[in-house]
Amino acid sequence: MGERLGAALARPDLDGATWEALEEALLGADVSWAVTEQLLGCLRSEASERRISDPAALRSLLADAVADLMHAPDGALDRSGSPAVWLFVGVNGSGKTTTIGKLAHAEVRAGRRVVLGAADTFRAAATEQLATWAERAGAHLVRGNAGGDPAAVAFDAISHAAASGADVVMIDTAGRLHTNHNLMGELAKIRRVAERAPGELCEALVTLDATTGQNGLAQARMFGEAAGVTGAVLTKLDGSARGGSVLSVRAELNVAVKLVGLGEGLGDLVPFDAAAFAAALVDTEGMDADVRGS
Amino acid sequence: MFEALSGNLNSVFDRLRRKGRLRPEDVTEALGEIRRALLAADVATEVVAEFRDRVRDEALAADLNRALNPAQQVVQIVHAELVRTLGGDPVSIGFASRPPTVALLAGLQGSGKTTAAAKLARWFRSQGRSPLLVGADLTRPAAVEQLRVLAAEISVPVFSEATDPVAVALAGLAEARRLGRDVVICDTAGRQVVDEELMAEVRAIGEAIQPHHTFLVLDAMMGQEAVRVGRSFHEALGLDAVILTKLDGDARGGAALSVRAVLGCPVAFASVGERVGDFERFHPDRLAGRILGMGDLLSLAEKAEAAYEGREAADAAGAAERVLAGEFTLDDFLAQMRQMRKLGGLGDLLAHLPSAQAAQAAEAGVDERRLGRMEAIICSMTPAERTQPAIIDGSRRRRIAAGSGTTTAEVTELLRNFSAARKMMRGARPAGRRRKSKGSGGRKGGGSSRVTPAGGARHRSATDLLEQLEGLESPPGGPGGSTPGTGSQPPGPLAWPGR
Repeated sequence: MGERLGAALARPDLDGATWEALEEALLGADVSWAVTEQLLGCLRSEASERRISDPAALRSLLADAVADLMHAPDGALDRSGSPAVWLFVGVNGSGKTTTIGKLAHAEVRAGRRVVLGAADTFRAAATEQLATWAERAGAHLVRGNAGGDPAAVAFDAISHAAASGADVVMIDTAGRLHTNHNLMGELAKIRRVAERAPGELCEALVTLDATTGQNGLAQARMFGEAAGVTGAVLTKLDGSARGGSVLSVRAELNVAVKLVGLGEGLGDLVPFDAAAFAAALVDTEGMDADVRGS
Repeated sequence: MFEALSGNLNSVFDRLRRKGRLRPEDVTEALGEIRRALLAADVATEVVAEFRDRVRDEALAADLNRALNPAQQVVQIVHAELVRTLGGDPVSIGFASRPPTVALLAGLQGSGKTTAAAKLARWFRSQGRSPLLVGADLTRPAAVEQLRVLAAEISVPVFSEATDPVAVALAGLAEARRLGRDVVICDTAGRQVVDEELMAEVRAIGEAIQPHHTFLVLDAMMGQEAVRVGRSFHEALGLDAVILTKLDGDARGGAALSVRAVLGCPVAFASVGERVGDFERFHPDRLAGRILGMGDLLSLAEKAEAAYEGREAADAAGAAERVLAGEFTLDDFLAQMRQMRKLGGLGDLLAHLPSAQAAQAAEAGVDERRLGRMEAIICSMTPAERTQPAIIDGSRRRRIAAGSGTTTAEVTELLRNFSAARKMMRGARPAGRRRKSKGSGGRKGGGSSRVTPAGGARHRSATDLLEQLEGLESPPGGPGGSTPGTGSQPPGPLAWPGR
């Protein structure tokens, strides 16, 4: 997007081609058609109102608009329960297990006692993957049998955490496509059972892959319906993707991004910063330094 | 999958069709909407621009208004362009003259490489080869363990060791020679294309083992990044083909289109489900039909051939005949339901059907669980009850409900809907036939019109049934909800665009 947006912003005046190029640039960053129209509509009226004739000034206006949209006052994770239960859901390969590993590390470092529940009993070796993370982070792992009932594992993990006085329980679930009715039903059951366990379900976080296109909205919507999603984790933002699909997740579902994944290292998880995200989305320089050498 | 794209394109075509003669403005407007539909489907912006230009040029060259049906002509041009963009014939997977044939899998984190590696191994085995899986993903925790579990499921050996990825790949190759395995599939760690160190590593693996087939594993849900990611891997490795994963969702499929258009390397395989067997060769022409909402009845017919064996096929054909004769029994319905499950479940079936039918069934909330209850109810009936549901009185109803773990209300509901469906089938038959023949005639040269009559008929009957039984989902007491009937035109078995 950077190059094209840069080219668009470098044009001397705001003619039709400029707006068309801007539109294509936003779409090229996986921002949805609806949000693109909305953003450009605001930008247009702002530009004419304030008589902005300098296309470059549009960049900061656009960044402000994106930051406004993405800003979430309630960005922090809810730790009010004892233990606080955080459920992680998302499509296959979106980064649930890795996110939990990194988050567990951060929580343990902050002095909290953490229990991980390996409720992904479906994917081969998912428990082993989480076990490695638990060991790295210094968290306790509660595991089930391969092919066992994930809701039971979640319940056991929460019960164990409550009995041992842990602060946070993170439940890993199997990746599933949001279109699979039965598996989404299973997820709803995990949530129901987790709610009945002796803790408090404070967060249900959906992991969204930054490289995902327009499908991200459908994912957030369906996981929201099944698991009562309280926020999103935008993963793999360390790559070339800018994650523009979360704009419509915010705009249409009012689901805020709370965390951002930036890699596979223990420390590669940071709180979501709307201003920085917006700047990266519309900024050209930072992106040119990435892959865009060609 | 591709539902949104098909839906958008179809609404464009519908509007065109209503017009008869096309003015230049109509074509321009349609082109604008095609652009929007493709962009909304995650097709890369550069590919969209090129696609639109080519369709416009073709449309101008075709002298639309001399055609019998101008709108149909536009549909054909778009179809041809989609097939062209998706890449013509299916890729043939060759084998090295001196075994082993080496395949390398690369891609981003979470794109599905490890699962695809196992699925690919299973595919090679189905071709009579003896593959060896090499786990060179030493980065992600338990990745090799995952590969081992999947490989054990399909009885394929795995080689890996805790050294470094290049060494593992080389040693894996040597191991294959030692064991006499003729195919080596090398799984690698997921990496971001901006990570120069990891890109150098995968390049080194490629140089070390000199693969005959280098596959990029690409998530079908991927957005505009697909092209950039593809380019970077292409530069590093020289890609031969793409394995498109998670195609069983509602991904709009832009990645498939873009990747072929920009990289020039075709999609060879598509991964369409959680099971190791959910892996297919990629058929560009059939996919184009799906995108245009024509359904992929050819693939479905092939799956049906594979799923049905001898007697069952004859049974199914008999059932289809009885459907057409309006003599369908609950036994036939039960058989249909079971065969449908064999075909890979309802969701898979819907994905292959023309979009209109699929959408209807989806809206009605037809799902496996409800089918299971229906199956249980029928299974609790005696043979006589199944052929002559009229004999089922209150006492039989209570027995059936108790036997199937349902309620008498549910049994009544099923019987009512079944009887309505049977009535409908008698009434709907001529309309369905008429529409089909008219549609086929109007679509000369369309790739996906090659429907084998037997397969087509079977599945049409199955879906018709589903549609007609969808009244089951309406709340008890309500007057039928979406139960077809009451004068409304029933949906024909095939929603050809030429309707």
